[in-house]
Amino acid sequence: MSTFKKLTQKRLFLPIFSMILVMLINVVYDIACGNAPLSFFMITIKNGVLYGRLIDVLNRGSEIAILAIGMTLVVSASAGTDISVGSVMSLYAGVCCMLLAGYGEVNVSTYAHPLLVGIGVGLLVTCICGLFNGFLVAYLNIQPMVATLILWSAGRAIGLLLCNSQIVYVRVPSFQVIGSYVGFMPTPIIVAAVCIAVASLVLRFTALGTYIQSVGINKRASRIAGFNSAKIILLCYVICGLCAGLAGMVATSRIYSADTNNIGLNMELDAILAVALGGNSLGGGKFNLAGSIIGAYTIQAITTTLYALGVSSAQAPVFKAIVVILIVVIQAEPAKDFFKKLTSKKAAKGVTQA
Amino acid sequence: MKKSKINGNNLLLLITIALFVVMYVAGCVIYADKGFTRLQTFMNILINNAGLICVTCGMTCVMLTGGIDISVGSLIAMDCMIMAVGIETWGWSSPVLMLFILVIGVVFGLVQGFCIAYLDIQPFIVTMAGMFFARGMTAVICKEQVSIVSDKIFNWLSGFKIELPFGGYVNKKGVMQLPYLRITVIVALIVVILIFLMLRYTRFGRSLYAVGGNQQSATLMGLDVKKTKLKAYMLSSFLTSIGGICYCLNTMSGTTTQATGLEMDAISSAVIGGTLLTGGVGNVIGSLFGVLINGTISTLVKSNGKLVSSWANIVTAILLCFFILLQSVFAKIKEKK
Amino acid sequence: MTGFSPSFYGIRTHSYKMKGGVVLEGNVVLKMQGICMTFPGVKALENAGLTLKKGEIRALMGENGAGKSTLIKCLTGVNKFEAGEIYLDGCNGPVVNKDTMDAQKKGISTVYQEVNLCPNLSVAENLYIGREPLTKMGTVNRKVMVKQAAALMKELELDVDVTRNLEDYSLALQQMIAIARAVDMDSKVLILDEPTSSLDDREVEKLFTMMRNLKAKGVGIIFVTHFLEQVYAVCDGITVLRNGHLVGEYDIEDLPRVKLVAAMMGKDFDDLASIKKEGGGDKRKEPMVIEAKGLSHAGTIKPFDLDIHKGEVIGLTGLLGSGRSELARAIYGADRAQTGTLKVKGQEVKIKNPIDAMKLGMGLLPDDRKAEGIIADLSIRENIILAVQAKMGIMKKIPMAKQCEIADKYIDLLQIKCASRETLIKQLSGGNQQKVILARWLATNPDFLILDEPTRGIDIGTKTEIQKLVLKLADEGKSLIFISSEIEEMLRTCNRMAVLRDGQKVGEIEEHDMNQMNVMKAIAGGEH
Repeated sequence: MSTFKKLTQKRLFLPIFSMILVMLINVVYDIACGNAPLSFFMITIKNGVLYGRLIDVLNRGSEIAILAIGMTLVVSASAGTDISVGSVMSLYAGVCCMLLAGYGEVNVSTYAHPLLVGIGVGLLVTCICGLFNGFLVAYLNIQPMVATLILWSAGRAIGLLLCNSQIVYVRVPSFQVIGSYVGFMPTPIIVAAVCIAVASLVLRFTALGTYIQSVGINKRASRIAGFNSAKIILLCYVICGLCAGLAGMVATSRIYSADTNNIGLNMELDAILAVALGGNSLGGGKFNLAGSIIGAYTIQAITTTLYALGVSSAQAPVFKAIVVILIVVIQAEPAKDFFKKLTSKKAAKGVTQA
Repeated sequence: MKKSKINGNNLLLLITIALFVVMYVAGCVIYADKGFTRLQTFMNILINNAGLICVTCGMTCVMLTGGIDISVGSLIAMDCMIMAVGIETWGWSSPVLMLFILVIGVVFGLVQGFCIAYLDIQPFIVTMAGMFFARGMTAVICKEQVSIVSDKIFNWLSGFKIELPFGGYVNKKGVMQLPYLRITVIVALIVVILIFLMLRYTRFGRSLYAVGGNQQSATLMGLDVKKTKLKAYMLSSFLTSIGGICYCLNTMSGTTTQATGLEMDAISSAVIGGTLLTGGVGNVIGSLFGVLINGTISTLVKSNGKLVSSWANIVTAILLCFFILLQSVFAKIKEKK
Repeated sequence: MTGFSPSFYGIRTHSYKMKGGVVLEGNVVLKMQGICMTFPGVKALENAGLTLKKGEIRALMGENGAGKSTLIKCLTGVNKFEAGEIYLDGCNGPVVNKDTMDAQKKGISTVYQEVNLCPNLSVAENLYIGREPLTKMGTVNRKVMVKQAAALMKELELDVDVTRNLEDYSLALQQMIAIARAVDMDSKVLILDEPTSSLDDREVEKLFTMMRNLKAKGVGIIFVTHFLEQVYAVCDGITVLRNGHLVGEYDIEDLPRVKLVAAMMGKDFDDLASIKKEGGGDKRKEPMVIEAKGLSHAGTIKPFDLDIHKGEVIGLTGLLGSGRSELARAIYGADRAQTGTLKVKGQEVKIKNPIDAMKLGMGLLPDDRKAEGIIADLSIRENIILAVQAKMGIMKKIPMAKQCEIADKYIDLLQIKCASRETLIKQLSGGNQQKVILARWLATNPDFLILDEPTRGIDIGTKTEIQKLVLKLADEGKSLIFISSEIEEMLRTCNRMAVLRDGQKVGEIEEHDMNQMNVMKAIAGGEH
């Protein structure tokens, strides 16, 4: 009992628990369907590339995972969420494809500019978006959600304008690599892995984590203790913008086009959800990057599982909502107290009966 | 109360109204040839945004408590779908369905409010789940677009024009065209007035401000903060349901993608109208003008004809930026005092 | 249980025997006894209690962590206690309040240290929210509300426009309005939980007048404070708590200061005697550390000059809001100085941000511990290494082993009472939190340290420890600015004092002239 209690109090308990739960559902489903019980985890090589539901989760979850990194930092430092990331992803798509295809072109098979220019300028633009958000939040003290609402509305619209309100296809193999495969390995997985590795190395070997948490918990005290609170918050938003750009890069290459209306749509919600599922408070302060990452893949696992169960993509949100509510309700303090009382009452009853 | 008190918040409201007037007059001057000066243009802004006005009123109440409700867009989609499927497939009569939708709204708000107020879960997460749920339910009810054609009462309500006895113009055929309103506008305006009175003259209304101003103080002053929050979310979902019916009367159909992003329109309207996301400051009159400004922008873009519709988004964003900067300047001035 | 009347319990408690006189049954308005309550892992109250008579002002005293606030919260229903009874005049049987509203209905009102009103509502609304006068329609009758509010303000001699927002008024006035609200609730028991900490002397006097008026009307007042002077100025009785236990309930004349302190500390207390070595000597021969000329910050502090030498302790004194904190903050760069020059060790420097000052060897212990001192959700270790880390920069993380070493060193040195260095700082008592912040600065090995109200809201034992530490640091050749509202404390530690009035430095007092009288005179100014 006591070890169980200790286990449940670990910070990573909740995200890992929900991940395992989703996997269990898969196992049960497979057994019910007469598949091999562990077919969820089975990885095979088909057509020279890795194949399997687990790989699919890792692959499709790359964007959310990359976004979750930036979102975690932003939530921690500024006690608010950056709701513009989805829009910024779409803006990246617009900028990048417009540069690569040339303005007004809809379907090209050669680059108008070198690939690196497209990606570089795209990422630069998303960083500037982060800078803009960060400036509003850090230096003008505007609530993060309102500040990022501006780019939420404008980002996608500007992306659309850059693409002349059309879907721009860039049908060049080297452009598609980031969204498809390197050898047998899906490239998005590699991109996400690199991002996660870089982020955790930075947090491990610099004091960034301490800076962010301290600013997130008490901005004024951090300033007196010698931190430049505003700069730290600004930095977090720039990182978040960069992450949005990287996620946009993966998403754009995946469909080798700038479908600005749909790229990154509602992605901000998934990213925020990943942070919350990771056991991080949306009220800022302490954060746990590993939790957010696990949360991100859990969300993708839920989606993939639902598709496997034959739920249509339009209906899937219902189940997502139920899962989210269940997880956050279990986490909520009042609910915990309630369960505690319930169990103690039961115990008391047991005593009286004995 | 003869004393006029112009503090920062009142001034913001004045600026909002002034901006609306300036934008509208500018539209009248620039697009006079395209009929912008006609009273009907203004009426159309009201007609097109009747649903949004109701929703924004609810959103304002929630934002006053320092919360947020992003489920409203999806809830409207669900309402419309229930309305459409209810009439076309289930064969219910529309008054019963409307009542049903209102009840659903209240229950929806009750569940969300309970999670937020009594389980202490962040409003953003709860209403996000609500948003997913309602959007998904819309698809569960029916995946295709359903048009409403077979209910007489609903069709009559939708087509009913309230003609105004003034402000008409003579069209090319020489027929006098009187400007008209729809029932939805009347509903929306009644909602605005009622909520305005409620916020100003009832205990519940004042508690909303108190809770948003300082939750801890409100508790210590003996207000039931949890109940107030619960009621705020119920009110928001209820008003959203009214808005949903208005919306449905405009579109006469239900689809899964209806009203996507409407929650952000509502939030940005409220912010432009001077409501702070931190709570405690705001007013539905401001929110009404916020919606009207948003509506005017899209009408202006449409009137131009050459501009792509995404310009409306960009202009709204710029305006939002302007208002946010203005608010932060006022906050700085207040701090210095 | 219900058969026992309050007086039955009243006779049994020791406090009555101590007073010697017979207390009329009807005179007791509130009686708490045998209250026990535990926070997770800590026994906060054990057998605590309090008795309050009608028309009595009773001080509730105790060191930090003695359980004063906890006892109050048990009474008002914020905390749930496990054992004990509360009896209230006019209520049958033991009373348990579910929440503050419940307590209010029974006639118990509370005014807290931090103003607990809504800044975005008008004064009138703040006075009446939750119990607004209604019209026949059931809506709020604003006219009547404003009229009543204005009348109440007039009665209490407060010059306030009740239709304006609360945020338009000063903190002191807000505090008075909070009291006005509590007073107007027809309360039998009024609890004032450290209401004076943000008020200056004149305002405190006004508050006392208000309290005496209420007393005359028969209201029982529980007054929680740290200021001994105030207790003897206004109270009739004292209840002392220690470590969650009730030490005793006394009449004011039975308990002179020394005995009160002894009761609070649980030992005969001699540390209040002078700790400063006589003839600390003039440090002005020592090299100059800080040399400020014409420094100012718009709206808070007018241009001032200040020299500080090595090993010197300079006291800044003045009334609240006189600019004493602001002067220090301008030097440190917490509020960026707009005019003037600052020389550190002879070199002219520009300080834009605290980090610039820190790199020059400065440190600031801010007066508002909660808002500017602690990082509540971080551990003691992280709080201690914060400033060192800030000086090292973001790229050079202090290795974990080194962090632990630093933390352990100062936990030991300053005797910070905590379970481990990984305990969250918010779980510590105020005094220990203050020590952690001190440790944060000592870890940076500063040459010049500003201590702004380091002893506010701290128990007397820790107070003396901190004062001794100040002298020790000065001995080691560090220079300090010491700011405190307690003149006595400054006399004990400072070599020289600078006097501030209305945002201006008006003079300095040399060590040989330093005594209570002179300082008071300097603070008050020459007009009297």
